Amino acid sequence: MIRTEELLLNVGPQHPSTHGVLRLIVKLDGEIITHVEPVIGYLHRGTEKLAESLNYTQIIPYTDRMDYVSAMTNNYVLCYAVEKMMGIEVPERAQFLRLIVMELQRIASHLVWWGTYLLDIGALSPFLFAFNDRERILQLFNELCGARLTYNYMRVGGVKWDAPEGWIDKVKAFVKDMKGRLDEYHNLVSGNEIFLARVKGIGAYDAETAIQYGLSGANLRCTGVKWDLRKNEPYCIYDRFDFDIPVGKNGDCYDRYYVRTEEIRQSLRILEQALEQFPPEGETMGKVPRAIRPPAGEVYVRIESPRGEIGCYIVSKGKAEPYRIKFRRPSFVNLQILPKLLVGESMTNLVTILGGIDIVLGEVDC
Amino acid sequence: MELDLANITLEERRELERNVILGTVEQLKGWVRSNSLWPLTFGLACCAIEMMAAGAPHYDLDRFGVMFRASPRQADVMIVSGTVTKKMAPLVRQLYEQMPEPKWVIAMGSCATAGGPYVRSYSVVKGVDQIVPVDVYIPGCPPNPAALIYGINKLQEKIRYEAKTGKRVTDG
Amino acid sequence: MSEEQKQNGARSGEGEAQAEAPAAAAPQAPESAPATESASRADGAKPADEQPKAVQESAETPRQAAQPQAADESPQAPPQPAEAPQQPAAPQPGVEPKHTATPQPAGETQQSAPQPAAGPSQPAATAAGEKRPLTDEEKEARRQAALAARAAKLAAQGGAAAGAAAGAAAGARAAAGGAAAAGGEGTQEPPKPSPNQPKLDRAVQLLKELVAEDAVEEATLNPFNDDMPTLVIRGEHWLKAAQTLRDHPEFGFRYLRNVAGVDHETHMEVVYHLLNMDSGDTYCVKVRTNRDNPSVPSVVSVWATANWQEREIYDLLGIVFPGHPDLRRILLPDDWVGHPLRKDYVPLDPEV
Repeated sequence: MIRTEELLLNVGPQHPSTHGVLRLIVKLDGEIITHVEPVIGYLHRGTEKLAESLNYTQIIPYTDRMDYVSAMTNNYVLCYAVEKMMGIEVPERAQFLRLIVMELQRIASHLVWWGTYLLDIGALSPFLFAFNDRERILQLFNELCGARLTYNYMRVGGVKWDAPEGWIDKVKAFVKDMKGRLDEYHNLVSGNEIFLARVKGIGAYDAETAIQYGLSGANLRCTGVKWDLRKNEPYCIYDRFDFDIPVGKNGDCYDRYYVRTEEIRQSLRILEQALEQFPPEGETMGKVPRAIRPPAGEVYVRIESPRGEIGCYIVSKGKAEPYRIKFRRPSFVNLQILPKLLVGESMTNLVTILGGIDIVLGEVDC
Repeated sequence: MELDLANITLEERRELERNVILGTVEQLKGWVRSNSLWPLTFGLACCAIEMMAAGAPHYDLDRFGVMFRASPRQADVMIVSGTVTKKMAPLVRQLYEQMPEPKWVIAMGSCATAGGPYVRSYSVVKGVDQIVPVDVYIPGCPPNPAALIYGINKLQEKIRYEAKTGKRVTDG
Repeated sequence: MSEEQKQNGARSGEGEAQAEAPAAAAPQAPESAPATESASRADGAKPADEQPKAVQESAETPRQAAQPQAADESPQAPPQPAEAPQQPAAPQPGVEPKHTATPQPAGETQQSAPQPAAGPSQPAATAAGEKRPLTDEEKEARRQAALAARAAKLAAQGGAAAGAAAGAAAGARAAAGGAAAAGGEGTQEPPKPSPNQPKLDRAVQLLKELVAEDAVEEATLNPFNDDMPTLVIRGEHWLKAAQTLRDHPEFGFRYLRNVAGVDHETHMEVVYHLLNMDSGDTYCVKVRTNRDNPSVPSVVSVWATANWQEREIYDLLGIVFPGHPDLRRILLPDDWVGHPLRKDYVPLDPEV
């Protein structure tokens, strides 16, 4: 008989495929994984503690840096929470601008995910296509608010900058272009046999497990649960637009891939409608007192970020700084299922499954 | 055969200029190293996304000879992009020591330079130069990919300058 | 600012499970704030802001601190009714308070472009109102009134579970609210009872029956959060209550959204937000614990998602969760000393 020993492999914090500084301590029996322990915290920057000494407008840039791939939705969740507590109304044009940038951000985030996921699996070209399209979105954002990645665009009560001349037309042109490219990408990847063999049936779980583990976003919808906060708990002006929620069936990596790429298509649909209905003029800030002091109390708001349900829980004592602010980060919660999914899998599927969960370490560690 | 440098024709002079280089071996090494810097993929946080964007087609880094390598044993330069936390600090040092000589470090972004927006946080190292010696600092939060390219160009100039004048920041 | 005051005024009248004060305030404030629509009530609400505030016995006394801001206009009260007639002339269809008893989709409440007809008067009032801060006597008088009202409320509730009194309160308020038509034009004071109130009462009742008599310490509706039912459950009954909340068909909270730890200086609490996916309800449950030896039973066996969230709370706040399979630090290095999110945390080496 061959004597076998367990091998302890450290998929360390510096790794091209861990999407950041995530460390996985993997116990292997040959090539089969027997136990995985994720170690996080290599990017824990203490945002929640810092926020206790900053006023709400000053916290907005920190929210950008939590989930840096989709910063607009993070901005929004904080502004939404404060606006809810104070009962501030946001003007129409600002709502539209917010929705447009959030949907553009969703497309950009899914493109990053798509490109890096396929890069991890071994397809080297889609990364270049994805980032090229993403460049166009980032240039649109650059024109709008001056930053490419960490925008600091939304404020309590509205948005900071109005859309410059011709910006809306540029977004319209981009949307039209992107639809064609999405079909090209589907042709390139989605029918590819090698790709399908690598993702179909891998890392499957059922709806009950997903709900137990508190998964959200595409990780939940891939099992067939039709739960999207844009439809189930509408915020901003999402209830005015017509779009579908793609769901998967089996809860495997292919379904997660399918759900996310379909979400890009649905985002383009929302963008088309929003751009048509965009108010030609209006204010970009509502009536906000100069010192933002929410009344004492607490609030928990949640929105649908590209990764799942991002929530912001604020306890306020009536001062300009929050007493306690806690962000419910989707990547943090979604990552918990990784050990369960990997037990019994071959080592070759580790990167596939990890990539399919779509985590951003800035969000996991906060 | 005699070569009389005082009386050469224009054509011969041009040929000489095209084919003969005068310099030191160190300068040659510096020129070679600067034009094929292989960075270690060391993306920590948001700056990593801009580093990826710099490697992407729009701001191509490959035209500078920069290819990202995954293993520190094969890398020349470590681009520290993102916040260095106290938990990550020993690993940064370990990776730096795993890189073979000659090696350089670029601190990209304000978190790596001096702690950045998280300078008052309890768990952030205020600047990666507390851990590894840094050659080029690139400010920004995050710096534009064009800024990163500018920083890499500066590093290339520094390598050539140090090769020419013989000065080095570190000894090992 | 006017929006905020309107919200404060509106909110001050509704969303709480107290009976006497709004009912008592009813005759005093003829044109004050039922929770819902009608911008014409907006100005009318302002003078009435004083009355509900004066007898306000809300559990959130700190809201008094916010009230002085809203009451900045109180010296303006006399001019307001004169302006009120201008309001109906200026149709403000889009301006609706966001905080109502019935949760409205956030999208509907849009503020249209500057209201033309009421333009001159309203900004003037607002601007003037903001510039007159409350004098100290007024603040003190208000505070006393609030404390008196609060004592009255506590006496009324006795020491029994808050649910019973809340039920009685809701009943009384429902009667009073029924007298006032569905929010209408501000003829009656009592606010509409929230539709979540009966859910809250039923929840408290069920928990009392199934878990323990004293399981629920407090039960309120959170007015900032679309009247989210908020329960405070005793620590020793929390595990059983959690299982009930997940398994009982009337509750069915299978999805744990968020676990947050908060360090109030006198105690610590762990806040859970639960979701019932079929009905879409979200409840908030808090478990309080003391500060010296904080300990809350772990609910990992009930909702698997609580695993890392509880570890994070242990890491940053120091609350121990007995029953957790693997309680150790998750975000900070293993040899870190202290719990950073506590209010009295002193970092060891701030210079690095």
